[in-house]
Amino acid sequence: MANFPVDEHNSRGGVHPLKFSLWLIIISIIMMFAAFTSAYIVRREEGNWLEFDLPNILLVNTILILLSSVTMQFAYNSATQDNIGRVKLLLLLTLGLGVAFLIGQWYAWADLVQNNIYFGGTGSNPSGSFLYVLTGVHGFHLITGLIFVLIVFLSSLKYKVHSKRLLRIQLCTVYWHFLGGLWLYLYIFLRINH
Amino acid sequence: MSSTDITINRDVHHAHEEHDHHHDQNFFEKYIFSLDHKVIAKQYLFMGIIWAFIGGFLSILFRLQLGWPEATFTFLEPILGGWVENGKLNPEFYLALVTMHGTIMVFFVLTAGLSGTFSNFLIPLQVGARDMASGFMNMLSFWIFFIASVIMFWSLFLETGPAGGGWTVYPPLSALPEAIQGSGDGMTMWLISMALFIVSQLLGGVNYITTVINLRTRGMSMTKLPLTIWAFVLTAVLGLLAFPVLLSAALLLIFDRSFGTSFFLSDIYIAGQALTNTGGSAILFQHLFWFLGHPEVYIVILPAMGLVSEVIATNARKPIFGYRAMIGSLVGIAVLSFVVWAHHMFVTGMNPFLGSVFMFLTLIIAVPSAVKVFNWIATLWRGNIRFTSAMMFAIGFVSLFISGGLTGIILGNSALDIQLHDTYFVVAHFHLVMGAAAFFGMFCGVYHWFPKMFGRMMDEKLGFVHFWFTFISVYLVFMPMHYIGIAGFPRRYYNWTGFETFNIFTDMNTFISIAAILGFTAQFIFLFNFVYSIFRGRRATENPWHSNTLEWTTPVLPGHGNWPGEIPAVYRWPYDYSKPGAAEDYIPQTVPFSQTQSSNLPNEKDFE
Repeated sequence: MANFPVDEHNSRGGVHPLKFSLWLIIISIIMMFAAFTSAYIVRREEGNWLEFDLPNILLVNTILILLSSVTMQFAYNSATQDNIGRVKLLLLLTLGLGVAFLIGQWYAWADLVQNNIYFGGTGSNPSGSFLYVLTGVHGFHLITGLIFVLIVFLSSLKYKVHSKRLLRIQLCTVYWHFLGGLWLYLYIFLRINH
Repeated sequence: MSSTDITINRDVHHAHEEHDHHHDQNFFEKYIFSLDHKVIAKQYLFMGIIWAFIGGFLSILFRLQLGWPEATFTFLEPILGGWVENGKLNPEFYLALVTMHGTIMVFFVLTAGLSGTFSNFLIPLQVGARDMASGFMNMLSFWIFFIASVIMFWSLFLETGPAGGGWTVYPPLSALPEAIQGSGDGMTMWLISMALFIVSQLLGGVNYITTVINLRTRGMSMTKLPLTIWAFVLTAVLGLLAFPVLLSAALLLIFDRSFGTSFFLSDIYIAGQALTNTGGSAILFQHLFWFLGHPEVYIVILPAMGLVSEVIATNARKPIFGYRAMIGSLVGIAVLSFVVWAHHMFVTGMNPFLGSVFMFLTLIIAVPSAVKVFNWIATLWRGNIRFTSAMMFAIGFVSLFISGGLTGIILGNSALDIQLHDTYFVVAHFHLVMGAAAFFGMFCGVYHWFPKMFGRMMDEKLGFVHFWFTFISVYLVFMPMHYIGIAGFPRRYYNWTGFETFNIFTDMNTFISIAAILGFTAQFIFLFNFVYSIFRGRRATENPWHSNTLEWTTPVLPGHGNWPGEIPAVYRWPYDYSKPGAAEDYIPQTVPFSQTQSSNLPNEKDFE
């Protein structure tokens, strides 16, 4: 038995249920990072905290992910205007920028290891471990975001993304902006607390 | 948006609905990987009952040890094998029993079993929706819970035993496999299982909230919702905010255990050898854990409160007293639950000033709780009470909630807590107020909604026997525990006969254990009644309790989609019982005011 189609005439609140669900999922991800960052602050206050410089490449990555948010938004705008060709191009660009961000994060980790900042084991300090956890868990969510963008891209190839079928690309845009915003928050948080 | 084509087909779809089911679905689609919220609810219920018996059985095992500390338990060898050595329970296994009893009861029975069953079953039926917002996510939620269950169950049979560090899994005990046997593979499986469990609860919670906010039927405003729905939605909100924090803590603990990080570990010596971990903070884990842990106790009790409110109003044949106050107190409890977590940590050496802040916030919870208790009693007051099994359990819930809640005021005081911390007083408190009370809420829900779930009635006489045995044994178990707790009797001790101070309580402990065995045995009456009634129970009518809410307007056994025709519209609140001037003592929500002119109040004349 197929799922019951959401009856929009009966739906309330003006928001599509799936979009509302997405917001709730975003809230739960926010709570997860709220836990990590508040643990970070609490732990830092207790002393025995190794201070080190953040890898410079993080700034480049931040610019990359912000750019990808711009391309994602343009892709959505193009979809509302039924410019399918541009939608495909911009989604591909978003994917590329997202992957570039992940590669950049990988280089940031390599940079940390070169400066003897390790995730675990002898000589590791929670200050370094926290950085790995924050970037790692964010990276995990970014991969889920990339998969989502990929799905939207594939359905755009089948002409399933246009001004009458906006829901999917709309959800994807919301999620992608959230992931970008989350990174911006983490980056500023790390800059301030370092 | 994307569903123009779907909307055209809507009417056709509904017309053939009943018909389609019997032919198109095979066994797996219908009963195993079902998207129907009612089937998923029953799956949660069956899992919950299985887990409850396992969790209860574990508690009987350690009550045997506590009640008869000098006895030999060779008769347990066939079940426990190597965990019984020369007739003595292995001390580390005892710790594992306590841990698993807590984990199973709190998470697998009273969170998944209670919310999973009744949120899934009642939300679409009571708000007037065909199904959950996303049936697929709902199914996924159950099956992830199922995998979590399998892993947790499997860990019971490990040679090194399941997790043994307490259900709160405080590091360093839980973080170091060298600490106790249970911190080895058992703990790893505990963490994996709990991580899956959290994902499952989040998927479920997202669905519950979305369904209530977005899919209410015509006329169903938020202030016409039954209190059950308010309770479920607030429970889901608590879960959505609290469980991710536990996931964070669990993740950090996994890194500490398996990847050599030092989030919670510092300066630890094992057999004279210093561990390499430096700079961690064990207290940090407690903060993260209890930020979930405290809302968790409300995740357990709020659904029970909702069910009880509904059953009390229906069976007292009276409108619930203070409907808005009931919603307000639910919201109040939900908000306060996030700012009181440190009252679990008064003895961790926290700043006494901070302790007073948390004490103050904790004691404020007494206000909304008292509002609820007052309203339940006021609803019962001079009602035409029908003592159905469900009603007995609802009233029992109120009784247990009062007796357990009062000691919460004592424990919430940071000064008194220093004496009472980690004694049986705490055990008695939380077992009454969230353990037994939530179980009573669950029983009340099962007895009341059984006719809608299975189309048959449960046996009332057996229900009565079940109620009285359970009710009496709960008090016989937990009342004496207050007494020995005040005397300082510590919890989690495997063997207390070596202490002169506690030796005098041997008889008391034996008494508690006998009462516990009595209470556990009584649950088999329920099990028999439950299973027997599914197949042989008296056939139910559509609305056996003469209740007002929407689920009773469906057929005796609603198909997928719940209502064969149009979804009914809602005109009034769900508590029009014994309204003066009305023909009958109940007016369902679907009856418009124009049909009840004789009973309409002056302010309702406008709606005629």
